[in-house]
Amino acid sequence: MKKRRKLGRGVAVVGAGMSKFGMFKDRDSKDLFAEAFNEMIASVDKGVDTGDIDALYLGNFSNDFFMHQSHWGPIISDLIGLTPKPATRTEGACASSAIAFREGIFAIASGFYDIVLVGGVEEMSKRTTEEVAEGLALATVPYEGKAGFTFPGVFGAIATAYFSKYGATREHLMNVTIKSHNNAPLNPKGQFKLSIRDLMNAKVESAKKKGKPVPEWEDEKAFLDDPAANPAVAWPMHLYDCCPISDGASCMLLVGEEIAKNFTDDPIYVVGMGQGSGRGLHACDDLTFFEATRYAAEEAYGMSGLKPEDIQFAEVHDCFSIAEILHMEDLGFFKPGEGYKAVEAGLTRLDGEKPINTSGGLKCKGHPVGATGISQLYEVYTQLRGKAGKRQIPIKDLRIGGAHNLGGTGGTCTFTILERR
Amino acid sequence: MEERPFSDISYEQFLHEDKLMGSRCKKCQSLFVPPRPICINCHSSDMQWVEMGGKGKLSAFTCIAIGPSFMIAEGYNRKNPYCSGVVELEEGPRVDARIEGVDTNRPEEIKVGMPLKVKFLHRGEGDDLKTYLAFEPQ
Repeated sequence: MKKRRKLGRGVAVVGAGMSKFGMFKDRDSKDLFAEAFNEMIASVDKGVDTGDIDALYLGNFSNDFFMHQSHWGPIISDLIGLTPKPATRTEGACASSAIAFREGIFAIASGFYDIVLVGGVEEMSKRTTEEVAEGLALATVPYEGKAGFTFPGVFGAIATAYFSKYGATREHLMNVTIKSHNNAPLNPKGQFKLSIRDLMNAKVESAKKKGKPVPEWEDEKAFLDDPAANPAVAWPMHLYDCCPISDGASCMLLVGEEIAKNFTDDPIYVVGMGQGSGRGLHACDDLTFFEATRYAAEEAYGMSGLKPEDIQFAEVHDCFSIAEILHMEDLGFFKPGEGYKAVEAGLTRLDGEKPINTSGGLKCKGHPVGATGISQLYEVYTQLRGKAGKRQIPIKDLRIGGAHNLGGTGGTCTFTILERR
Repeated sequence: MEERPFSDISYEQFLHEDKLMGSRCKKCQSLFVPPRPICINCHSSDMQWVEMGGKGKLSAFTCIAIGPSFMIAEGYNRKNPYCSGVVELEEGPRVDARIEGVDTNRPEEIKVGMPLKVKFLHRGEGDDLKTYLAFEPQ
């Protein structure tokens, strides 16, 4: 019987910011974090003095590899004028900043600090695609790398196991991609802004302009099934099953629950959180779920007293299309083997009964790995406060949302539940 | 061979010798490939070496078009993808391995569950000698 975990002191989010995500030639990690930080400061309804922030927890996976610069805690702390206050870097591969968020919570819940800045940053696009792939592969399990597995390869293998067990096909993965891309034009901070339909039209127009043969596709699935438009990366993962290489930063301001109203009349409360760790592919008896996600979910549901059906919407870690399906099942939103049917039925669309990845997900918003966890929480925070603009979820009384973050090949998984009261 | 530590380095050394080896917990009989020094079932560290028979079936696979530099050096690319997979051994444990002898340009034809047998791929020379674990159809 697992212990039901509780925070020693409640914690609320009172501000959030994120930079635009994308590939930026002329902007570095500091520029991107400054953009996120300035938005966060401006978002605190009643204002906050930077000098009152007690500490920084910063998620960063591998700027050491990507930028040949390590030790980002104090660099970012100095950027925003926080030194000599403590700055701590957290690393959990693609879940690095979800862990920074948790450390910030623990620091406040313990009573040691009252006001904590948590954030994440990653700068990847200044390396070649091959170098980025090599950098990301540092987060696989050693045996996977030696067998030739890349990250898309790991998720490709997981997809074949899922297909084999439940009868899903590539076409079902396309539904995930089309759904994510439909949300993309609605997120001004995202890396990709076009729906698949818009992309097809753009390619037709471009071919006409250049006097090249004009491609014809019957529908979006025909486009995604065309190897010229959507080549295989690691079968069955194709280009449009994979998230892009991105730069970006995100941050949030956390405070003790009893002082939250000093900052805003509309704080968002942290009601559930969990973190699990997992083994590599070879050590899993069943490759169609992530043990670490299930553990994190159980912990978060246990802490909050909530059930999967209480989570009105969520951001889930869709580094690859198949991952979105598995994680929705692991979080209990749909039964094992039912996730792909839910996507097909439209349940996870922005106007569906359980909207998933309204931000466009990692697929379209982008995935600057160390910034991703808090950017997911940023989306949940923004939706709960009714400030998501064109992508605002059309559910009345939006109160509870979740964010799920995965690192490595399931090595680190987190689930966090936020509530508006 | 019983003297070798239950480590990744020993596992690799055995692969050089064309042996697929695992460790068995003497206390609870749990079997691990690659070997583990500590049993994750009963937490005992009393282990012994066991050689695998080299037969298994495919649990999951992928055909990779864009691989790491060491695979590109072997001539693999978008037109000539390679297959990596997870193989469930007859003895129970699963291993990550390269899958040879399948048509990677027709991945639809590769079937989860297909029977496989072990193959040791020796690459490089001298100090750079490496052995990769692979499987091929039985």
